[in-house]
Amino acid sequence: MTTQITPGPSRVHVRTTINGQAHEFLVPPYMSLLDTLREIVGLTGTKEGCLDGNCGACTVSLDGRIVDSCLVLGAEIDGKSVETVEGMATADGLHPLQQAFLEEAALQCGICTPGFLVAAKGLLDNEPAPDEHRIRHWLAGNLCRCTGYDKIVRAVQKASAEMA
Amino acid sequence: MVATFEPKSEYKVIGTRPIRHDGLDKVTGRAVYGADIKLPSMIWGAVLRSPHAHARILSIDTSAAEAMDGVHAVVTNADLPQAENEMVDLGEGATNLKWAVDNILASDKALYAGHAVAAVAAADRYTAEEAARAIKVDYEVLRSATNVDDTIADDMPAILEEFVDSPGAQESGHANHVKEFTHEFGDPDAAIAGADHVVEGEFNLQMVHQGYIEPHNATAVWDENDRLKVWTSTQGAFTVRQQIAAVLKIEESRVRVTPLEIGGGFGGKIPIYLEPVAAVLSRKAGNVPVKLVMERRSVFEGTGPAAGGKIHLKLGATKDGQLVAADSTLRMEAGGYPGSLVGASGMCIYACYNIPNMRIVGYDVLVNKPKVAAYRAPGSPQVAFAIETLIDDLCEQAGFDKWQFRRDNAAKEGTRRGDGPIFPRIGMEEVLDAAKETDHFNSDLGDPAPGNVRGRGFASGYWFNVGLQSSVNLSLNNDGTVELVEGSTDIGGTRASIAMQAAETLGITAEDVNPTVVDTDTVGFTAVTGGSRVTYATGYAAYNAAIEMIDKLKVRASMLWSIDADDVQFEDGVFSSKSDPELSIGFKDLAGKLGDTGGPVTSTGSVDLEAAGGAYGTHICDVEIDPETGKTDVVRYTIVQDAGRAIHPSYVEGQMQGGVAQGIGWALNEEYYMSDDGVMSNSSYLDYRMPTSLDLPSIETVIVEVPNPVHPYGVRGVGEVPIVPPVPTVGNAIKDAIGIRLRETPMNAGRIVSALGS
Repeated sequence: MTTQITPGPSRVHVRTTINGQAHEFLVPPYMSLLDTLREIVGLTGTKEGCLDGNCGACTVSLDGRIVDSCLVLGAEIDGKSVETVEGMATADGLHPLQQAFLEEAALQCGICTPGFLVAAKGLLDNEPAPDEHRIRHWLAGNLCRCTGYDKIVRAVQKASAEMA
Repeated sequence: MVATFEPKSEYKVIGTRPIRHDGLDKVTGRAVYGADIKLPSMIWGAVLRSPHAHARILSIDTSAAEAMDGVHAVVTNADLPQAENEMVDLGEGATNLKWAVDNILASDKALYAGHAVAAVAAADRYTAEEAARAIKVDYEVLRSATNVDDTIADDMPAILEEFVDSPGAQESGHANHVKEFTHEFGDPDAAIAGADHVVEGEFNLQMVHQGYIEPHNATAVWDENDRLKVWTSTQGAFTVRQQIAAVLKIEESRVRVTPLEIGGGFGGKIPIYLEPVAAVLSRKAGNVPVKLVMERRSVFEGTGPAAGGKIHLKLGATKDGQLVAADSTLRMEAGGYPGSLVGASGMCIYACYNIPNMRIVGYDVLVNKPKVAAYRAPGSPQVAFAIETLIDDLCEQAGFDKWQFRRDNAAKEGTRRGDGPIFPRIGMEEVLDAAKETDHFNSDLGDPAPGNVRGRGFASGYWFNVGLQSSVNLSLNNDGTVELVEGSTDIGGTRASIAMQAAETLGITAEDVNPTVVDTDTVGFTAVTGGSRVTYATGYAAYNAAIEMIDKLKVRASMLWSIDADDVQFEDGVFSSKSDPELSIGFKDLAGKLGDTGGPVTSTGSVDLEAAGGAYGTHICDVEIDPETGKTDVVRYTIVQDAGRAIHPSYVEGQMQGGVAQGIGWALNEEYYMSDDGVMSNSSYLDYRMPTSLDLPSIETVIVEVPNPVHPYGVRGVGEVPIVPPVPTVGNAIKDAIGIRLRETPMNAGRIVSALGS
């Protein structure tokens, strides 16, 4: 079974907010949010790992809930708000999670890092003081093949303590 | 003559934990990885792959794809230059060029399900994928085999016809089973016959994948001067250049490879897959840039697994605990083309111990699975499973203490490795001693949940590490900071570990050095980021470049002071006159005063290192098993490893922890699960199921430092040896918990339940 896609002019009009900025664009109806961010909006910080929702490298926040952007269509964000890794740092500096990832050496190759940061922010925004098991449980949807997770968990704990 | 260095105990930069130089880009999403590149007029490619494990390609009809709107080009093997059976060095030793080309796009036969057959370039990725599916291939399906026993069955055809008459195949009696080597020393048969205790075992391992999160990718374009420009995620830009040039039959200097940030490799991003495809698509599409990104399923089905295989091992010991003999036969799966890396297995199998009588026989076994690529200490984890398991069995049978037996027979300086070399100073004894002193080794197992059982195991492992060639350029800024240009792609923090060695040498801080990884036009040849060599060899090149810079600055200081250059010394970041104590100037101050002394100061360093420092690790693991379901949890894990000298301890620990995580996955769960018709049944992350954060404990690390005498700062490689001991360590813990020995990976729930008969 293959999905027939007809290349052509069919596009969906999307008005959305990405990292606090208003965006308006046309997107093919079949295009994933991941590709929409990367190819149309030009935000390549969100990474592709598997395209089937099993690695978490493409994690973004959609109206405050973390989602795998490869499993959401770009057309679905019309009227909604998306936060990506590019939106975490502010004019005042890095988000405490970003700073903690640097200080704790919580990344090696770094390809999973944007997804982990967005997912961890999703946790701390709602639960400021999770214990280690809760952190490990929450982050189990994000795969890292380099670190063995220890330093990632410690970085989240450190950020949590600093944000308290 | 190899230079040797006396270790220092005090350093200013080495051993500290600065924030890595590329960290900010990587936590903000700004870092540009291979798939992130966008070029003017760029179009997308997609690859069609064989659904059959072994099939003759009778015809390929590309007309429907070519007729689709938005399609710019369709290519097959016929669009690559005709490749003959000739041996070429593509950066990982000699290989047959025809096989290398056929693995990129199949010619006469598809040798595994997932083998690339044709490719398309189109206006966008979605159109390219649709068009690839519209290509019609007529296959004659052949009998396939995906394991060692099936592939040497009488009626199994030769996977590569060229092998039928090869000496290795003649010796083994089957074209899919190629004898590679016999290493023999002493008299193993007599020693085993005379041994008081003999143990023997056969071990079966399934293939596993490196599992890097970033899929392979490549973007290529021919420029106005007919040079090929390539952007890719690779462990070695120069190796990619070498491979592309050989496959496309053009001069290396006509290829520029820009290594973008790489999202994991572990050995699997040394070979090329997509780069020549992008190049021929670009050519056929009118020299526009073409980008290819591999889908995850194809990463599993079409790229570098680690060898599975069958290992037979026999050990003999005297009644007073001396290991006197070892005899092994290694049959390692290479995939559809030769190259299981069984040679490395042969180098590693006995390397933890001093065994006076030994034999190792190695075979490369062709099977209808993807061609094996290096995976972190390639070939060593498999043989560690065999020997570290059997040593536990031997100790149990003879009543020896498992730690004392290993310590009494440990390899040390002067011990002969199985394949011949004599060890220089190594740290096996120190690692075993440190393991015995850990809290973990001396702690209680703790209580399992009701109904569960716990067990503890430990095991050791070895990796030889490599040296090879590296280049570094330095240039001094007016403010005393230094630009460092290197050719080693940075997979896990090596910009920091190299910059720190330059900084230490120059007497400045890690932050004062700005490291940049550049393309193949911009720095001297640098071998792959592999073999645990970057911090060792590229760090050595940075040291050499820094020494040259200091020598030049001594001359500049002498000009400022109008004294003889030989009168200038450099210590602790300060240049001074040996004869006149009034004359001294700091490194940074001198950098600002170079205008009148001859202009900018630059330096280069390069190395070609034959020797490296072999590394050892000993791991301790506690498991808790639910005998009803077979579920195994690793509840505690400690890794003890000789790093020589830890330049940036956080990233040394990170390598150790990451290798263990992969090794635990290998031990407990990961495998290429093949259907009867030879197709990988679990080629998604969901079904392949690598360890998640919830599956692992916090992995404890102990860094042992036995300085490597042939490196200025004592560095040994650290990246690979951590994956060697986990499979037997976990296996020994399972045996301790359930009392039953498993000799097959993965040691998953199903195998444990079967073993328990529960």
